[in-house]
Amino acid sequence: MERIYLPAIFGGMIITLGHFFKKKVTFQYPEVKRPFAPVYRGMHVLKRDENGAERCTACGLCAVACPAEAITMVAAERKPGEEKLYREEKYASTYEINMLRCIFCGDCEDACPKESIFLTDRLVPSDSLRQRFVYGKDLLVEPMEASKRVDISQRQTKEVLEFKKRKELQHNRLK
Amino acid sequence: MPKVTIDGKSIEVPEGTTILNAARMIGGDIVPPAMCYYSKLKTSGGYCRTCLVKVSKGSEKDPRPMPKLVPSCRQTVMDGMEVENITSPEVVEARAGITEFLLINHPLDCPICDQAGECHLQDLGYEHGKMKTRYEFKRREFEKIDIGDKIKLHMTRCILCYRCVKVADQLCSCRNHGVINRGDVAEISTYIENVVDKDMSGNMIDVCPVGALTDKTFRFKSRVWFTKPVDAHRTCDKCSGKVRLWYKGEEVLRVTARKDKYGEVEDWICNSCRFDHKKTSDWVLETPSHVDHHSVISANHYETEKALENLRSDIEKHQKHLKESKFALGQGVMNPNNQ
Repeated sequence: MERIYLPAIFGGMIITLGHFFKKKVTFQYPEVKRPFAPVYRGMHVLKRDENGAERCTACGLCAVACPAEAITMVAAERKPGEEKLYREEKYASTYEINMLRCIFCGDCEDACPKESIFLTDRLVPSDSLRQRFVYGKDLLVEPMEASKRVDISQRQTKEVLEFKKRKELQHNRLK
Repeated sequence: MPKVTIDGKSIEVPEGTTILNAARMIGGDIVPPAMCYYSKLKTSGGYCRTCLVKVSKGSEKDPRPMPKLVPSCRQTVMDGMEVENITSPEVVEARAGITEFLLINHPLDCPICDQAGECHLQDLGYEHGKMKTRYEFKRREFEKIDIGDKIKLHMTRCILCYRCVKVADQLCSCRNHGVINRGDVAEISTYIENVVDKDMSGNMIDVCPVGALTDKTFRFKSRVWFTKPVDAHRTCDKCSGKVRLWYKGEEVLRVTARKDKYGEVEDWICNSCRFDHKKTSDWVLETPSHVDHHSVISANHYETEKALENLRSDIEKHQKHLKESKFALGQGVMNPNNQ
């Protein structure tokens, strides 16, 4: 009677062997990382413009659009001589996102009129202290160096790029 | 009493009432918008053309329609007059054109402007404006000036409604603020810089429909929709003392006069109330001010009864549907009442 199991065993082995030649669904993390979708909504970045000035003007639209009320900011007036640091006459002196409150919906980047805030494909690292999840400008604003800038070109949809080409709609450029 | 019909709604008004005021007596969405007319300021109105309406029947005695659109803030009603406002495509088109004109020189710096969120031009543009501009020439620009130590004049944003000039004329004791030059180069100016420091001059900030005159003590402090308005009063020998405090947390960021649903000041307040009393202990608090449901200031304030009403009717509809539906929850385990 035991011989009757043999076909089932061979059947099982064929399936097992078959899997040796199939593409693996697992990754050897952390050596190999799973690629992110280009529009993945991860940690936020506050962009600088091509001259390195912060784009955010503390208009508060991201904060009012935020369904989780995770964003707070304090505005300040740019002083003469700070033109290279801040793009417009008003800027955010503090800008905080509570990453524990944030639901990564992306409404803030939709609301932003200055192309300043974007969600990126970076992850918010884990931590053991709640206070450290309140990210300030030190963690959100991208570095000044050109090589360390955060690339968000993938997030600019065809419609946005088309929009930016049209002269009569450009109220966002500097004179 | 003459009887006037506006968009099919009739009302009898006293002799000499303007069409705009008659429409305000009827109320609702037939009220024409007004950028320069201000009921509390004499001789205001007639500059901006936002309130243009069509008079399709002049009066009972002379039923001919008026040949052109008329500014409703200046045109008085006659008996039997029939007026079309939002029902006339001609008026709607003209208003879109006027909005485009008003926006020709107006900068799109709403993200910076302190008036954003309570700006009448923003509302007008949102309702009647187009998304793009056809204007390709250089826009006029001015340097920002301080008129007095409490008011900032940002002339680039001005739409020349003359309201602040009327305030200076009618509320302040001597005339020191007006419009110089004509036409395209006209600008609001003080005759001698830094002299607008009269008792009631701060009301210019409240009457300004755009962000041309702003409170320097509130400059860039907060966006209006992050502040919470509360009605309050104090005994003041110069004014009524009835104000609106704008709180952020426990801090009073600014003090303004109370405004009605047309954005007009109810009682003028003096500069001392407006600029010098910014502590809760200076005031007797009355009640949180009602903020219109459509205003961005109501965002995150959870006072919006409208949404709750909608929700309630939705729930009722849903319950009715459940009752009628054959899939109604019965004796099964899915019914939470059975556990």
